[in-house]
Amino acid sequence: MNLADLQRDFRLWLVQGSEPAAGRIPGAHAAGLAVYQNNYRAQLVGCLEASYPLLRARMGEDAFLQLAVRHINSHPPHAWTLDAYADHLETTLEILYPDNPDLHELAWIELALGTAFVAADAEPLAAIALATVDWDTARLALAPGLLTRAALTNAAEVWRAMSAGTDAPEAAMLEEAGGLLVWRSGFTSCLRATDALEVELLEALRRHGSFAALCELLAGRLGEEDGIARAGALLANWIGAGLVTGVEDGA
Amino acid sequence: MPAFPSPPVFSGFGLGLRREHYQDFLSGRVAVDFVEVISENFMVAGGQPRHILRQVRERHPVVLHGVSMSIGSADGLRPDYLRRLRALADEIEPLFVSDHLSWSRIDGFNSHDLLPLPYTEEALDLVCTNIDVAQDTLGRTMLFENPSSYLHFPGGMSEWEFMAEMCRRTGCGLLLDVNNVFVSAVNHGFDAFDFLDGIPAGAVRQIHLAGHSQGKDLLVDTHDTPVSDAVWMLYAEAVARCGPVATMVERDAAIPPLAELLAELDIARRLARTREAA
Repeated sequence: MNLADLQRDFRLWLVQGSEPAAGRIPGAHAAGLAVYQNNYRAQLVGCLEASYPLLRARMGEDAFLQLAVRHINSHPPHAWTLDAYADHLETTLEILYPDNPDLHELAWIELALGTAFVAADAEPLAAIALATVDWDTARLALAPGLLTRAALTNAAEVWRAMSAGTDAPEAAMLEEAGGLLVWRSGFTSCLRATDALEVELLEALRRHGSFAALCELLAGRLGEEDGIARAGALLANWIGAGLVTGVEDGA
Repeated sequence: MPAFPSPPVFSGFGLGLRREHYQDFLSGRVAVDFVEVISENFMVAGGQPRHILRQVRERHPVVLHGVSMSIGSADGLRPDYLRRLRALADEIEPLFVSDHLSWSRIDGFNSHDLLPLPYTEEALDLVCTNIDVAQDTLGRTMLFENPSSYLHFPGGMSEWEFMAEMCRRTGCGLLLDVNNVFVSAVNHGFDAFDFLDGIPAGAVRQIHLAGHSQGKDLLVDTHDTPVSDAVWMLYAEAVARCGPVATMVERDAAIPPLAELLAELDIARRLARTREAA
């Protein structure tokens, strides 16, 4: 048996527990195969447990383990880093718990906070750097670790309470669709619940960087005066939170 | 033909940098001669891990020890992995860059475990080709560690014969894990002294010490217990053969207070002094 075939049979044993494949591995015995099978699964379960501690606590030990096993059986790891194995658990969560957007959003929050924690470094923009900006042509850069998503539930509130070790509220739907923002400020990952409009604006700004276009969009939604006022307030807020990391003259 | 200088001989005693001890190491008062980190934990874009590593590097020499190179993969190495490791090594200027004589990945699947290789001519050719690629990309000579194993493929050469030839062909150095020698020797029924006698002692640049556990049928390399008496005895024999090389205690689970690991490291210091004096 050549090396590539041996490694493919080993993969089949680990991923599928394939007895025929295990039987083709020269010298294989049950005790040794079991150690490797256990190591493989324990590593992946451990990664998911470490990446989603609050989801695990919220779901309960047995339900989380069932989720992890289902995910491991259907999603063999591909990335070179074990940390990346946590990236797609929400896919399996949506299959097993299609009617629990609160759990989907809690999972997203935990994953996003972990992702932002090791995002590329970028110095936040100081307000003074905006003194001479031509706003008609300015292009803003946002923090590399910024992640956004729409929110339907109070998952942010649940996350905050569980993180603080206080009683978490029951899951509840928001009265109107909102959004979630995660980014890194200094070395600390941050979470903020917001409205759907701010998420839309940040996603648009990340695509084109144009503050003028953002003002135009807001003016169209809220009217000229309120739109410009909201744009100014949002910009000040983003700068204060360290979300804006650069400004360029796009002319 | 080796293209890069041999790694330096460094005779200090070190520990692995683990999250539980970050503050101790950042205080700069830990009595170690070097610190080893898991490379992949710091091959990230930015944030606190890289910042901490830079600070630790200001105080101690650092060894980059990887677990994901998969030097024995039949379908070769991942260029993106090597590029990231090169970037980290260029920034940190490590004492050594090391990984394991094992495989983890095939056809895009990554097991995240150190899987065993058959010690055949085919595997030797492949491993040496992959080591050449890795060393060329990294611009430095690497060390490779003998893994613990739970399966032994019949035929071929012994693990130590394989490692000796690997070193001769590629110029790589060895990271001798004494606990892994003990675990594999017990599991597969070979004499650990044959292993120590069979590897090229002059290629050993670093020694790992760790604990293991008794599984249902086999010894398992768990890194969650103190170094056993049998492994300490084997370490003394290794030092007698390899001379004073960088030695460290590894603990990856059930991590105790730093003082306990430093006490284990003192045992290593005393044993090494005794054997060097003998």
